[in-house]
Parts: sequence; C-alpha cells; structure tokens
Amino acid sequence: MTTTAASEGWPRSRAIAIAKHVNAAVVVFVVLYAIVGLLQPSYLEPAGFMNFLRRSAPLAILASGQLFVLAAGGFDLSMSALVTLTVIGGSMLADNNPDNTWWTIGALYGIGLAVGALNGLIVSFLKAPSIIATLGMLLCVDGAAMMWSGGSPRGYLPDNFRAFGRLVLHDVPVIGTFPIAVGVLIVFTLLAWWGLHVTVFGQRVFAVGDNPRAAELAGVRVSATRVAAFVISALSAVTGGVMLGGFGGVSVGVGSGLALQAIAACVIGGVQLMGGRGSVVGAVAGAFSLFALFTLLNLVGLPQSLRDTAQGLILISAVASGAWRLRHAG
Amino acid sequence: MSREKLMKRAAMGILAAGAAVAFATAAAAQNFDDPKDFAYAEQLLKMKPQGPEGKPWEQNLGGKEVDTSKYKKPGPYRICFSNAGVDNPWRVVGWTDMQAQVDAEKANIKSFTAADAEGKDDKQISDINSFVSGDSCDILIVSPNTTAALTPAVEAACKKLPVVVFDRGVLTQCPVTFVNPIGGYGWGIQTANFIAEKLPKGGKVLGLRILPGVDVLETRWSAANRIFKEKGINVVGAEFTGGDNAKTKSIVEDYIRRFGKIDAIWMDAGATAVAAIEAFEDAGQPNPIITGEDQEDFLVKWQKEKLTAFAPTYPTYQWRSAIIASLRILKGEPVIGPTWKLPQPDITDATLATYVDPKMPPLHYAMCGCKDLPGYPQRWGGKP
Repeated sequence: MTTTAASEGWPRSRAIAIAKHVNAAVVVFVVLYAIVGLLQPSYLEPAGFMNFLRRSAPLAILASGQLFVLAAGGFDLSMSALVTLTVIGGSMLADNNPDNTWWTIGALYGIGLAVGALNGLIVSFLKAPSIIATLGMLLCVDGAAMMWSGGSPRGYLPDNFRAFGRLVLHDVPVIGTFPIAVGVLIVFTLLAWWGLHVTVFGQRVFAVGDNPRAAELAGVRVSATRVAAFVISALSAVTGGVMLGGFGGVSVGVGSGLALQAIAACVIGGVQLMGGRGSVVGAVAGAFSLFALFTLLNLVGLPQSLRDTAQGLILISAVASGAWRLRHAG
Repeated sequence: MSREKLMKRAAMGILAAGAAVAFATAAAAQNFDDPKDFAYAEQLLKMKPQGPEGKPWEQNLGGKEVDTSKYKKPGPYRICFSNAGVDNPWRVVGWTDMQAQVDAEKANIKSFTAADAEGKDDKQISDINSFVSGDSCDILIVSPNTTAALTPAVEAACKKLPVVVFDRGVLTQCPVTFVNPIGGYGWGIQTANFIAEKLPKGGKVLGLRILPGVDVLETRWSAANRIFKEKGINVVGAEFTGGDNAKTKSIVEDYIRRFGKIDAIWMDAGATAVAAIEAFEDAGQPNPIITGEDQEDFLVKWQKEKLTAFAPTYPTYQWRSAIIASLRILKGEPVIGPTWKLPQPDITDATLATYVDPKMPPLHYAMCGCKDLPGYPQRWGGKP
C-alpha cells in the first residue's frame, strides 16, 4: 500500500531519492547520540565526543573489517575469539616489558594473518559455508587462547602497547583532547575505504559477493579474493584487540559477542548480507549507532539481558528494512 | 443485588488469593537483606579464630566439633569431588589450591577423582549420582553450582557416604560439615566501614556490582548499603559492570563527567578494580578511595600508587580446607560441623606487603594460603 502512495506524488519519490544517498545509519546515529546528549550533556562537549569515539573505535574497526567478508558474500564469526587471543596472547608475549611491544604486535598480526588465511582457504577450497567454518574457527581460537593462558590472564600489557587504546593527548588545538584510538580509527577506516571503494580489488570483492559465477567468468580470481577478504577481517580483529586490551586491560571475556556486533553494525549501515552491497561509511556509522545505543541503554539503567534483546531486535529490523530498501531501490 | 454481592465476594477472593500467592513467593525467595544474617556476620567478624596460628584454612570461628568415629576407615583414601565449575579466575585458583593440597597429602590419598559440572546444575546432579552409584569413593566433596537445585542430589549422597560441602551451601544439614568463610554480609560490613571511615564529609560513593541475583554478591551489596544508609553516606549510583573491564571503565568515566568528582568506589568483586582506577587516571582525577579484592593486579596497583584502599577477601583457601576436613572425617578425627566457619581476613595498608607479589598473575587471589603447598608459585602461574 505504501508503494502506490510513493509512486503518485513527486515530493515523496524525490525524498526517497535523496534518502538513498544519505546512509540511514548516519541519521540513526545522530538521533541516538542526541538522545544520549540530552540525558547526559557532557557527551555533547568535545572531550565527551572524543571519548565516545575512543570507546567505539574498536567496534568501528571490526565492522569495517567484517564488511569485506560480508561484501564478498560470507560471514566471519571468528573475530571475537581473535580479539580475545590478541589480548591474552599480547599480555603473555609482551610480559609487561615495553621493549617487547613492537615484535609482540608484529607476532599478533602474524597470527591474525594465519587465522584469516585459514578461514579463507577452508571456505574456498573445502567449500564449507563460511558461517559454519568461522564458527569452528571461533571455537578453535578461543580454546587455544584458554589453553595458552590456563583460563585466566597470565600477565600485563605494557603501557606503550596500551597507548593505542588508552592514551589521550591533551591540549590539542580546537578539539582539546585527542585519543590515539581515534587516530588509529581514522587511519584504518581510510585504508578500508580506499581498499573497498577505490581499488580494483574492492570491485572484485563486490563482484564475488554479487555473483561468484559471473565474477569467475569475467576473470576474477574468486578464491584469492575471498581469502584476502578474510585476511582483512582478521587483521581488523587484531587491531581491535590491541585497542580493547589497551583501553581496558587484560581479561578473558574481552572478545565475546564482538563478531555479531560487528555484523549488526554493518547491517545497520546498509550492508547487504549475502554480499554485493555495502560501504565503509555505512559500517562505521552503523558501529557508532550501535555503540550509542549501548551507551543509551546503560544510561537509562537497562540490564545486560535487555541489551542483548535490543541488539537482536535491531539486527532483525535492520535486515528487514535493508531487504525492503532493496526491493524498492528499483 | 445478590449477584452483585457474589461478584464482589469473588473479586475479593481472587484478590486475597493473589496476595497470598505473592506473599508465599516472597517468603520462598531467598532474602538477600536479612538483619539476622547481618548481625550474625557482624558477630563472626568480632570473633577470635581458633586453631593453628598462621593457618587460617585450618581455623574456625566458633562452632562445635562433631564426632566422626562412625566414618573411620583404614587409609589411604579415595576422595571424590563434584565441582560446580572452573569458569572464573577465583575457581581456577581454588581448584589449583585443592589439587596441591591433595599432592601434599599424597601418603593418605589413594585416588582423587573430580568431575567438572561446567556451571550446569543438571550435569552436577548426574556427576553426583554416578559418584554415589559407583563404588570408588570413600567420601564425596561437593562445591554446589546452585543451592536449591543441588539439595536433593546431596541428600541422596548423604545416605551412601560421608559428604563435605564448601563454598555455596545446600538446604540440608545432612553433610558432615559445610566449610565456608563468613561470606557476603561480612564482606559488605568490612568494606562499607572502611569507606565510612575514610570518606570526607559529603563525599560521593559509586557502587560497582557485577550482576544482580547472585546470592553471594547480593548479600555483599545489601550489607554495605545498609551501613551506607545508616551512616547517611551519599551513594550516587550502583551500576552493573558485567565484570567487564571496558564497561567498568566507561561507567566510571561517565560518573566522573556527570558528578565532577567521585570520592570513593565500592566494589562487590575486585576483578575490574584496576580498570575503575584507570578511569580516574585517564580523566586526570586524583585516585579514589577504593575497596577491591585480593587479586594481585589490584594489590600491585595499590602499592605502586599508594592508594587509600582496602581488600576484603573470599578466601580461596577454603578449597584446601575441604580436603583437610575430608581426611579428618575418614580418620575418625572430630571436625567442626555441621557448619565450619573459616576466618575471612582482609588486606589493609598494614598487611599489604605480605600479600603483594608482582610475580604472580594479575588475577591470582593473594589469600590463597598456598605459599606452603607443593609447586608454588609456578603451579599458580607465577614466575619463580
């Protein structure tokens, strides 16, 4: 019934045309953040906003990594475990010694590279559905982290490691404070944006997600593209892990639920599950929206269980509205 | 007329029945804020522990000895243990304590068989059943996952063999003894009194709790809150952190922004204490008065930053005590029962140096009473 109404008057269709160019997640974020600001005005100050960005940066980075896999028509559920492994492993390798930080981070990215490549190879060559393959990987990596640590953190992260998620520069002109995490966020998302929307590789990712058979016939190396997408996702998880460990310190539950949150963020940002559509701007805005929602639920004092329910409802409604938009996109 | 009256009566009947049901459920639900339990904990805290000096895991607060001569058997013994789980660092440390205690008593123990219920009531019930139906246990130790659900299984086990329960209890007196420290009310009393003593006039207190509905955590909060109310202390909020570092830090940051200054942090468990302190550091604020727990990361931070801090404990050494009690029962020696209350020492500025050890892992519980056990410190993840 809405379709007939929409096709009649021109202002309606024009509004839809404009709305199509503005990512819905940006609007959702602005609205949610405004409500947060109403409840607690300190969030509207520059320092408050910077702090919000700092806290949500890991999720935004995870979402932009997950986006590559989603756009290529897969899922990466193993992210959560990789975040935990990064934090636990980081504390054990670095052993609270600042001199170990750089090679530790290198080693962690090495682990990420291996996990991502393995995900991609399993999906490409063993033809396992990615949702199951990465679920298996989630269990393997989580188990490895628990075995390595004995179920409890075994060390501390040195301060220079933690700076990526924790350090805040003060007395910065205009904005006042500048968290290093926001810098990492900007660099990572710019790289992701460039990789997905500027390079040929990005076009291939979308092509593979849209129609792998057609992409193959057009000369795209489908398997290599998929493996690369999983590797990017895994590297984003390591980056997110380094930042989360930096922000909060070592804990064994640090990664739990993050993969689903990253997927939810992407969906809110208009990324189409099963591949072919999506943007880095949407994924990041989706992550900010989700985080603003969590902040809001915290501020009004809702318990964790309700937070999970809310997240589930949002995921469902975002997928449904995404499908609706697709049907009406012409 | 009469019809109207009838309906009125029916309505009143329904109302009364509803009220009765509501009352009954309220009575059946556990009371986490019981003045009697509060007073009992206060009394226990004042008591002088009896037993060997320097070995709190063998000491007791009051209580009577029970005769165990009917359980006397020639050794070595076969001990079975139904464990609720090892799903948090506290249980990891306790479980390590227990295994080390078994090693220390090797000469008296023929076998030690443990079943991990992985935090599931149904699994623990079947674990207990299979221990009882088999013939491989001389005694059964149970650390119940939940109180009410495990009671029937423990009752059934009592009919077959001597049972020792520790940590959380069961709703039956059938075990030979129930070993446990003073508990949540004691924790709440110790911590709230510390904050009341140190807090400047009109100071603001933020309470950080893990999650609602867990008896040992609820009683910690109810006892502390009772004292805060009595002394007119300004508690600006009590938030649930889910035991998550990042969330704890975010909550504390928000409170600092909202109130400008928070003077004290009260916690119902210390695993995220360092994250809470870091929120103050990152906001450029002076460190708060804080009550944490005996985790090493908190103690190390306390010593380094010279915090105004206090660490109550829920001692992991009770896992040792369960083995000690079991051996005494099988040897026919008297044990304290049916409830064996262990002392619950706290860590203050005066005793901090004894417990702080940067070589131990961050979430090692310093009140493990494990320094004399075989394999210390490597067995607990420490560096030699």
